Amino acid sequence: MCASVKYGSRGPALIPRMKTKHRIYYITLFSVVLLGLIATGMFQFWPHSIESSAEWSLDRRSVHDAPLVRIPMSSPIPERGDLSCRMHTCFDVYRCGYNPKNKIKVYIYPLQRFVDEVGVPISSTGLSREYNDLLSAISDSDFYTDDVSRACLFIPSIDVLNQNSLRIRETAQALAMLPRWDKGMNHLLFNMLPGGPPDYNTALDVPRDRALLAGGGFSTWTYRQGYDVSIPVYSPLSAEVDLPERQPGPRRYFILSSQTAIHREYRVELERLKEENGEALLLLDKCSNLSQGLASVRKRCYKGQVYDYPQILQESSFCVVLRGARLGQATLSDVLQAGCVPVIMADSYILPFSEVLDWKRASVVIPEEKLPEMYTILKSIPHRQVEEMQRQARWFWEAYFSSMKAIGMTTLQIINDRIYPYAARTYEEWNNPPVVKWTSVNSPLFLPLIPPRSPGFTAVVLTYDRIESLFRVITEISKVPSLAKLLVVWNNQNKSPPEGYKCSMISEGLTSFFFLSRSECINKFASVFGTMPLKVVEHRADPVLYKDDFPEKLKSFPNIGSL
Amino acid sequence: MQAKKRYLILFSAGVCLILLFYLQGPASRRTPNRGDDPHPHWPHFSDPLRAFIPWDQTETEDYNVRVSPRHKRDDNSGAYKCRMDSCFDFSLCRRNGFKVYVYPQQKGEKISESYQNILSSIESSRFYTSDPGQACLFVLNLDTLDRDQLSPQYVHNLKTKIQNLNLWNNGRNHLIFNLYSGTWPDYTEDLGFDIGQAMLAKASISTENFRPNFDISIPLFSKDHPRTGGERGYLKYNTIPPFRKYVLVFKGKRYLTGIGSDTRNALYHIHNAEDVVLLTTCKHGKDWQKHKDARCDKDNAEYDRYDYKEMLHNSTFCLVPRGRRLGSFRFLEALQAACVPVMLSNGWELPFSEIIDWHTAAVIGDERLLLQIPSTVRSIHQDRILSLRQQTQFLWEAYFSSVEKIVLTTLEIIQDRVLQHNARSTLMWNRLPGGLFTLPQFSSYLGDFPFFYPVLSVKPQQKFTAVIHAVTPLVSQSQPIFKLLVAVAKSQYCAQIIVLWNCDKPLPAKHRWPATSVPVIVIEGESKVMSSRFLPYDNIKTDAVLSLDEDTVLSTTEVDFAFTVWQSFPERIVGYPARSHFWDSNKERWGYTSKWTNDYSMVLTGAAFYHRYYNYLYTQYLPGSLKSMVDQLSNCEDILMNFLVSAVTKMPPIKITQKKQYKETMMGQVQNLTNFLFHSQTSRASRWADPDHFAQRQMCMNKFASWFGTMPLVHSQMRLDPVLFKDQVSILRKKYRDIERL
Repeated sequence: MCASVKYGSRGPALIPRMKTKHRIYYITLFSVVLLGLIATGMFQFWPHSIESSAEWSLDRRSVHDAPLVRIPMSSPIPERGDLSCRMHTCFDVYRCGYNPKNKIKVYIYPLQRFVDEVGVPISSTGLSREYNDLLSAISDSDFYTDDVSRACLFIPSIDVLNQNSLRIRETAQALAMLPRWDKGMNHLLFNMLPGGPPDYNTALDVPRDRALLAGGGFSTWTYRQGYDVSIPVYSPLSAEVDLPERQPGPRRYFILSSQTAIHREYRVELERLKEENGEALLLLDKCSNLSQGLASVRKRCYKGQVYDYPQILQESSFCVVLRGARLGQATLSDVLQAGCVPVIMADSYILPFSEVLDWKRASVVIPEEKLPEMYTILKSIPHRQVEEMQRQARWFWEAYFSSMKAIGMTTLQIINDRIYPYAARTYEEWNNPPVVKWTSVNSPLFLPLIPPRSPGFTAVVLTYDRIESLFRVITEISKVPSLAKLLVVWNNQNKSPPEGYKCSMISEGLTSFFFLSRSECINKFASVFGTMPLKVVEHRADPVLYKDDFPEKLKSFPNIGSL
Repeated sequence: MQAKKRYLILFSAGVCLILLFYLQGPASRRTPNRGDDPHPHWPHFSDPLRAFIPWDQTETEDYNVRVSPRHKRDDNSGAYKCRMDSCFDFSLCRRNGFKVYVYPQQKGEKISESYQNILSSIESSRFYTSDPGQACLFVLNLDTLDRDQLSPQYVHNLKTKIQNLNLWNNGRNHLIFNLYSGTWPDYTEDLGFDIGQAMLAKASISTENFRPNFDISIPLFSKDHPRTGGERGYLKYNTIPPFRKYVLVFKGKRYLTGIGSDTRNALYHIHNAEDVVLLTTCKHGKDWQKHKDARCDKDNAEYDRYDYKEMLHNSTFCLVPRGRRLGSFRFLEALQAACVPVMLSNGWELPFSEIIDWHTAAVIGDERLLLQIPSTVRSIHQDRILSLRQQTQFLWEAYFSSVEKIVLTTLEIIQDRVLQHNARSTLMWNRLPGGLFTLPQFSSYLGDFPFFYPVLSVKPQQKFTAVIHAVTPLVSQSQPIFKLLVAVAKSQYCAQIIVLWNCDKPLPAKHRWPATSVPVIVIEGESKVMSSRFLPYDNIKTDAVLSLDEDTVLSTTEVDFAFTVWQSFPERIVGYPARSHFWDSNKERWGYTSKWTNDYSMVLTGAAFYHRYYNYLYTQYLPGSLKSMVDQLSNCEDILMNFLVSAVTKMPPIKITQKKQYKETMMGQVQNLTNFLFHSQTSRASRWADPDHFAQRQMCMNKFASWFGTMPLVHSQMRLDPVLFKDQVSILRKKYRDIERL
């Protein structure tokens, strides 16, 4: 319709010269064009807005309106993940390109509902709350791009956080059907609960070609170092329960075990430890007398006594995090949130974000077979370190565990750091809590160098207008053999420096006011630094033999102090 | 008029047309895209979504209750690849600690110089044991360094030789060193024999073959690499701004064909002969003429125009591209020259990657992105260049400068795995003074070491423990030890005093010690040897130790002042009497002097503060041979302590001003140039009167220097005095006025 108007309107424009009496004809024509214009405008905005409001509701309201995609039986299945994949073999860096901000671009596939040929969905949960949070966090972040051609990393909207709710074969087929899949190159999958009964593999079982895996519960056998990212298992309690931060220090219990699915052999060993060490240990289990339900998740029991979980975790210095069927445990997140030092016993477990986080500063890792010695091992840790670890544990939770957003952003930052390694965040940035970052003094010149005399030194003389004393200083100082350069800063705007002296630099903006208000300066500087960086000492460096009764001519620096 | 109207109408029609196109344009441009991407952002779903862990699934998975978790742990042991859990027997280490056994060398077995250096480094380390029954790690007597079949160093029949070793046990708890593997043309990483469950300490290892936390990547070093000591880094002083003449340099061979040739063949693309100088030569091997390409002659000419050393020392960054194998000599050369290495070797597991954070000392490039390298290195901020450069020097001196350091680092990494929760943290490895001097067995808390106070923003404790070394029996109340006890006890910072009774006479009764406000603990030395004064006694709870001879004369003011100085320099020795060393070029050895001179390099531990960690380090780190020498001579313990602390800090000790009367006695010595006369003049203990005393100390110095492989002592010309010391102001304004008084 639009097009016909266009042609219609072009007709009269092309007619060269017409008789004047056909004025009405022209006016009609003009109004037709005008009408056409209005109609097009209407078409442009009005009907479109109707159409898009339908789409809008689809986007806004419900996941059930996402387009349905049927997976043919014979649809190809990707290969199983290749264990030898590394960034330089299975990742296409050319997609990321060089950019001055050193930030990768991440694209998220639009949501689709995949079903098999008979219409059964590939996942029993569909899009989970957590995965939705994760995707919207990424979509709101600086990493996000909606331009698929500019993207360097692709995130499918197929939720594979929990393998239990997936149909493996169909999920794999769905992945392979993604328009940019290309053998999984530059695709990132998030999975927190890998494997399933009976053997519980430590990585997602869904065949996924070369896709990167951000997985919770990797072991050293499945983790591709420098390629996969080890992430924590998100604990839903992080959002539900608000545990205020507690000051580090000794707690009521020394060791606490709060997990309910501990293997019976380990529970026996824990109970033996409890017998030996009594009150220092608290060994909790699920409550048998409470009715099953949501509430029971938040309760733990010991001999009929009921404790609130996770609040009880704050009452202990150390909290046990034992392997379950899987290596990754959501308890770890709860324990960190409570500022309790996790005692991690899960052999071959790759700790969350171990590529960048220094877990030695926040946890104790003990081999499973040393479980009986746990008490003695923990007792040997100095108090000051326990406090440091409690603080560090809480900060790890706040920065990297507390929400799906934190987990997602950390994962992307780690991948980003691999692609732009020269702009990567440093160990200090990852591991030092903000308090330490501001208070610790990190000298930029940290190497203990005692420079040789040969390069000498540069003297900087600040002067205002006392020419005489300036000249005296210059003559005196130029006698020094190791002087390499002399710089005079002329600090007077009203006078020009004396003739015959070439000034290397004239400072501007400094006035005599500067000298009058030095004490104000100190206050001002201290407020800018946020703290007083100057330190008071009671000593002064003098040359050896300074003012000693010793022949002056034998001293290296005989004239010091004789002015 | 008519025409005007006509034109007006025509004009309006034209405008309408343009408008039409304008409006339609974006619409038609947008429409096809819409199907592809309906939402620029992830939509906000309002329907209740389910949690990814259903609440009834969270902690109630009654997983395989039948299978024992013990069984589960061993699941992977049959696998082809190894991990510490599956291929290493920890129980061997639990019995006797971490001990290393080297198979005895057999006659007729040729061993290269480099491997000989490796073996002797192990044998002189504190891990060595000659008893295989005590060992936890085994090292072969067969040279496995060069497994290139075309090399003259290649050892034949290794397979059978290894199978014949009686302790081989399929390689369990064995460590195999290797520098070169594979040969032309594919250079595989196969060693040509079955390593079984042995660990590999290998150069140029690729990430694909590297078994994480099991193998160790070591740097490629030449056969001229020194066994001990080693040269220091070339950085002598910092320049600000840190830019040098060249931005990026490289000089090396170019392989015309075969594996690893692509990267070096492409280097000429970014060479600009100004600040990016990348030179290659085709001239190597026998038949290079056969393969030579169009650029060879031009490249070769350019290659000869530049001097490698000159470029190395005058460049900010040095390119380290892969050669035939992944690692190359350029890496260590650049590191030593403080030229920040730019790695261009995809898939190389960097040396000691398990413990070293290479991002702080190198730029890790990607071979695929060669053309971006110049803009990448130019974009690095000068602050970062400064810190990268300093870190190269730290890493070079801490882990790479000698074969011994490379070997010890390898062993310490394995020991860390055995220690498990007691292992060193990343910070200990990557901060001064480095992992070899930071023994994790001392404490797992960083704040217990003198090196990390600024990092953790904590301060050392405000108290000290005095340790008095007593060797003469108590006879009269006027003995100097009583005065000393009283003076030290009066210090406001003194927590306790320990008297170490190293006298042959039995312990005096409790009441004979003066009454003091702080606890006095008397410890009877078990073996009564010199080294026992540096034992890390459990009673010492404070960070600071004040080490004293029984005849030291000190006032409370002096002690107080020295302690406040020590708080500013907790990693150094802070004390009173100082000595110096010098190189005696006539005798070609180190000399020791106690002359009253303008500089010093040692502070005697007869009156000095130092951190208690150094007690631990002295006892644990130093080899038995040096300690027993000190014990036999009953001398030199203070020199050894100074060597140790300076080797750790690379800094001189700190001398503090002394009270006059103490110096007076020393002054006599200036006139009397005979050195040991001074010692007999001062009324010091009997050992000072011994005429051999001075000669012994000279000899000690040279013994120590040869063990350290270098002279760690550093000279200083600085003495710390109280502010206002000897200034012409009223004495009442001075805090430490006693120090000036006669």
